Amino acid sequence: MSPRTLYDKIIDSHAVARLDESSGPGAEVLLYIDRTILNEYTSPQAFSGLREAGRRVWRPDAALMVVDHVNPTAPQRNAEMPDAGGANQVRYFAENSRDFGIELLDVLHPLQGIEHVVAPELGFVLPGMVIGAGDSHTTTYGALGCLGFGIGTSDIEHYLATSTLRYRRMKTMRVTLNGALPPGVTAKDVVMALIRTIGASGATGYAIEFAGDGIAALSVEGRMTICNMAVEAGARGVIMAPDQAVFDYLADKPRAPKGDLWDHAVEHWSGLRGDADAVFDREVRLEASEIEPLVTWGISPDQAVPIGERVPDPSAEPDVARRKDMQRALAYMDLTPGTALEEVAIQRAFIGSCTNARLSDLREAAAIVRGRHVAAGVRGMVVPGSSSVRRAAEAEGLDRVFIDAGFEWRQSGCSLCLAMNDDVLEPGERCASSTNRNFEGRQGAGGRTHLMSPAMVAAAAVAGHLTDVRRLAREI
Amino acid sequence: MQPFDTVTGPAASLPAANVDTDVIMPKQFLKGIDRSGLAIGAFHTLRFDAAGAPRPDFVLNRPEWAETRFLVVGSNFGCGSSREHAVWGLLQLGIRAIIGTSFAGIFADNAANNGLLLISLDPERVGMLAGLAADPERNRLTIDLPGQVILAGDATRMAFDIPATRKDALVRGLDAIGTTLDQAGAIRAFEERYHAARPWLLR
Ligand code: SF4
Repeated sequence: MSPRTLYDKIIDSHAVARLDESSGPGAEVLLYIDRTILNEYTSPQAFSGLREAGRRVWRPDAALMVVDHVNPTAPQRNAEMPDAGGANQVRYFAENSRDFGIELLDVLHPLQGIEHVVAPELGFVLPGMVIGAGDSHTTTYGALGCLGFGIGTSDIEHYLATSTLRYRRMKTMRVTLNGALPPGVTAKDVVMALIRTIGASGATGYAIEFAGDGIAALSVEGRMTICNMAVEAGARGVIMAPDQAVFDYLADKPRAPKGDLWDHAVEHWSGLRGDADAVFDREVRLEASEIEPLVTWGISPDQAVPIGERVPDPSAEPDVARRKDMQRALAYMDLTPGTALEEVAIQRAFIGSCTNARLSDLREAAAIVRGRHVAAGVRGMVVPGSSSVRRAAEAEGLDRVFIDAGFEWRQSGCSLCLAMNDDVLEPGERCASSTNRNFEGRQGAGGRTHLMSPAMVAAAAVAGHLTDVRRLAREI
Repeated sequence: MQPFDTVTGPAASLPAANVDTDVIMPKQFLKGIDRSGLAIGAFHTLRFDAAGAPRPDFVLNRPEWAETRFLVVGSNFGCGSSREHAVWGLLQLGIRAIIGTSFAGIFADNAANNGLLLISLDPERVGMLAGLAADPERNRLTIDLPGQVILAGDATRMAFDIPATRKDALVRGLDAIGTTLDQAGAIRAFEERYHAARPWLLR
């Protein structure tokens, strides 16, 4: 057999049957899916489809239901959602949990949180698995050595009824990160640098495998940030070969195997790597030493520059279509070409989302705001990625650090990442945000989003304008 | 799903790159539990102003494009969120096919699962069709899926590629779940083998 990538091996080990004659990228297989995670807004129509067809769920214990998108994040939790639509979705979600026998983490559950934060911290997703779930950021799980990818509602229904998906093999891209990150530069900057380098559709049609000593040196949480946001380059599936750091991360997780099963599993997981001479369809290399803290200036995640630079000038762009896209972005963002990004004032600062609201993210942000205060005219919010993260942060006093600095310390959920609840930007408000999407209206109609690392958000909140976190870090 | 055989109608041009699913179906339309009522949400912010009045300059609001069946779009159409509501809304608006250079992956799968035909062509051809779509005198196209060809009034004939299994499912309007459940025995046999070798996966 010719040398195979880790992606190829995982697909091969999950292929129930071939669905056409071809092989390689584009070939269609019936793919076995190990686990799924369901949320209240993309799953209802899948359950309705099952009900209409009189179908059962193939393996109810392989699924987990989490309320995260529509719930408020106010400190006082209530079972009922304040708006009729959200209430209806949450009610139907609970009904589906009961009728189909799937475990539910509802808004009052102590383990509730953003699905992509909860699943790893439970040990619900494990190396070697294939995870297909109804949310694009399912790529997060690549950090644990499993192949994760997002699916739509029809495919959720297909998965629930069959534990499989009709799946087309992707092309493969290896992204190698060489070297160590300079101080003040984080995993978020790595993935933003990747997106900036290859573009918002640079990985469309590809599954990405990350590699290199730069990745190996990152914490598992940092790796999750990278895998999570790689979908903003179009990647349809992301994976990192699991290593000792992953096994250490999983060892004490409640749903991870224990005892002999654990030893057996680790032995198997240690073999999860691609062949040394496997060939990828595309290779991308990033030098860690060249990466700087990045911020977006536009309305697509690839419209980003290092914080020390200026808002780019569309008239310098030779390609007409790109020039028009830049002009549209600057008009929406209300930015003038040539303005130094550090002069852009903000009204909101948001630390949250499945990209950057794990404990390590909150620690990094807290280190910047400790002993400082949010600037006048800025509203700062911290929304922990899960209720467990919230408790862990409180146990080490991070809540006090944020509250003393003038931030709101809130309950967990997607919150201002997509503003499906009552956390919304007002039209024209400008937000420094640790999230993953700066699309028009994403955080509220007319709201303006600048993506950056959580430490950079903390620095901007304190300064009142976008700023280089390395300046503040030096003064700690 | 509705089978796709040969469809004729006006095409409209939406040339912006990276049109994401937040734009195709904004979040205020994601609070339902069924698939219906989403036509109003499709491109809502582009179609309507803050007071809910149609924006007269948006192409789909202009009388020449009232019955639009096809969109000719910019690159990376459908990127972002996995929300299938975007595809449901487009179909409910009457869109049957979208022609562009590249489509985001989840959006493409969602489209296939609902009978919305996506056609990928090189930038020159997409540019040519965008030119036709922008001209109310020449914006009527016919898409013949069994023949894999796009026809325009000026004798343009453009062939396109599509994977055979996807074409077959679209033409016949197949229920993918039913087809897969025909292989239930194979799935069960696979599952037993697979878990026997990985006992830690059984909860
Ligand atoms: S935090 Fe944002 S990106 Fe993550 S699942 Fe929630 S809405 Fe999606």
